[in-house]
Amino acid sequence: MSRSASSLIKMRGIIKRFYIGKPNELEILHGINLDVHEGEFVSIVGESGSGKSTLMNIIGVLDRATEGSYELAGEDMASVKDSELSRIRNVNIGFVFQTFNLIGRMSAQKNVELPMLYAGVSASERARRAARLLEMVDMADRAKHQPNELSGGQKQRVAIARAMANDPAILLADEPTGALDSETSRTVMDLFHDLHRRHGKTIVLITHNRSLAEETQRILTILDGRITGEEKGAASSGTLG
Amino acid sequence: MGLWDNIVLAVASLKSRKMRALLTMLGIIIGIGSVIAIVTVGDSLTGSITTSMAGLGASNITVSLTEKSSEDEESETFGVGGYMFGRSSPEESDLISEEMIAEYRYAYSSFISSIQLTESAGSAEVTNKDSSASVSITGVNADYFTDNELDIKTGRLIKQEDIDGEKKVCVVSESFVEAVLSEVSDPIGERVAVPINNSFAYFYIVGVYAEEEDTSALSSMLSSGSTNMYLPISTVKKLTGASDGYQSITVVAASGIDTLELADATTEFFASFYTRNMSYTASASSMEEMLDTINEMLSTVTLAIAAIAAISLLVGGIGVMNIMLVSITERTREIGTRKALGATNGAIRLQFIVESMIICLIGGIIGILSGVGLGVLASNLLGYPARASTLWICIAVGFSMIIGVFFGYYPANKAAKMDPIEALRYE
Repeated sequence: MSRSASSLIKMRGIIKRFYIGKPNELEILHGINLDVHEGEFVSIVGESGSGKSTLMNIIGVLDRATEGSYELAGEDMASVKDSELSRIRNVNIGFVFQTFNLIGRMSAQKNVELPMLYAGVSASERARRAARLLEMVDMADRAKHQPNELSGGQKQRVAIARAMANDPAILLADEPTGALDSETSRTVMDLFHDLHRRHGKTIVLITHNRSLAEETQRILTILDGRITGEEKGAASSGTLG
Repeated sequence: MGLWDNIVLAVASLKSRKMRALLTMLGIIIGIGSVIAIVTVGDSLTGSITTSMAGLGASNITVSLTEKSSEDEESETFGVGGYMFGRSSPEESDLISEEMIAEYRYAYSSFISSIQLTESAGSAEVTNKDSSASVSITGVNADYFTDNELDIKTGRLIKQEDIDGEKKVCVVSESFVEAVLSEVSDPIGERVAVPINNSFAYFYIVGVYAEEEDTSALSSMLSSGSTNMYLPISTVKKLTGASDGYQSITVVAASGIDTLELADATTEFFASFYTRNMSYTASASSMEEMLDTINEMLSTVTLAIAAIAAISLLVGGIGVMNIMLVSITERTREIGTRKALGATNGAIRLQFIVESMIICLIGGIIGILSGVGLGVLASNLLGYPARASTLWICIAVGFSMIIGVFFGYYPANKAAKMDPIEALRYE
């Protein structure tokens, strides 16, 4: 795996079909070409049903493309075994979901430790790193709280800390502010900008909210399973207010 | 992700659903508990029988008259009628005679310590003025007391000269004296009228023995206050008009003699007297042999009942599987999230198998504790010293874990195979 490759994500002619061979066969993605470079903050914008969730699942190796090639950090994902995909998700990708998906009845700290648990990190190291990550998202004082004792914005910050647990190459955020009010949305977006600028994270933001997308460096528009537009966003100039 | 992490995770998950976990465990608790309770009672019973049989004399060999097997004489007793009338009861000539006993005593003198002979005169009610006591009357020879040790309070046992002289003397129990001769200060030499063979005979008390203390609730319930009265065997035979021979005799082996071998030799010795006898022979069986048979029978019964109880374990196991399936459906999103965060199918499978195993293990341990408690209680009520079987406890622990794996595997595998995308979308 070489980080010096120009593209961290390199997709060529990605096609995704469902119900293959059945009468109701459905093609969702019709040949997507996508390059995301290391350290980039990219947004993918599309209406619901445009295929952006399917694309996100393929980027996050939760799913495989029917056709086309996908190289993640220089590694061809088509030839990788399922168990290896679990490891790639664990180490290379940090997921941030719209509905947070924190595991109930587990403290914020234990939630942040979870990816490290699957990576085989020792208990003391897990606790140390989780504490540091929670501090980074300004949630250190809530480390022992369970998800149902946290507000939406707090939950999402814990989820972002969890996504960062194994220091992944890419943060993949699917509508991260979709369930939040505008004020907390702002704090979460600021956190992403911070991670991008200060920690050099590569971030792919998937959203239907155009104004949020405008904050990023590059905006890709997806419509009916095709990328139809590409434009520079506010962050590219480095003058985000 | 190590096994320990999984155990911690499973315990935390069970703790968060205490009531449900407890109810799920209940099936396992009842299953394991009943098996252990039954086995504990069974083992205690077996142990108690072994001890009490050893008290009766494990070195005893009983020589008894037995009918020859029908194959030897099929032509003679053809048909049911022939069987019925051809085999009534042994003639006097068929019985074990004094001569045989004397010969045997001579030939095996170095292997045996004594030969006990008894003749029962049935049970009777002995009355004295207004009071009465029931006794079972047994004629015994002097050897009888060598192995059936009586705790003599005053006086003496039946002696050889009592037998030789056909004397009318008797040995009675303390409670008999209390009941019948309460006003007499020294019962020795007192005369009691004993009904034998529809007529009264007067016997002089020569000895009083103390009954053994029996704490068992069951045996005191059964005994109904009757005690043994011992008379000289010759006197009983004369009064009842019984034949000179014996249907059975008891041989006490000398110490250090293998009773099984002696029983075989004794069978052979007595069989030589019966080679010409068409219908009877005498054979010897050792107490040890009988003990083995009884123990074997009891363990078979215990095992059979335990097997029935084990069915409830199966039901408990199905309960565990059911709850695991419900739990997995409820936690679909969690499973999807875990997979997105990098859990392999194996890690998910292990997580749920460990959870199911821990339910069964905790249930098993509670079951063992309650089973042993129940078993000990039941044994004590029945009057047997309780003993819990470590072997069965180990089997129970192992078995409950196997149930956990067996019934946990299907739900765990279902969880492991979930599509993460579908699982994350699950509402």
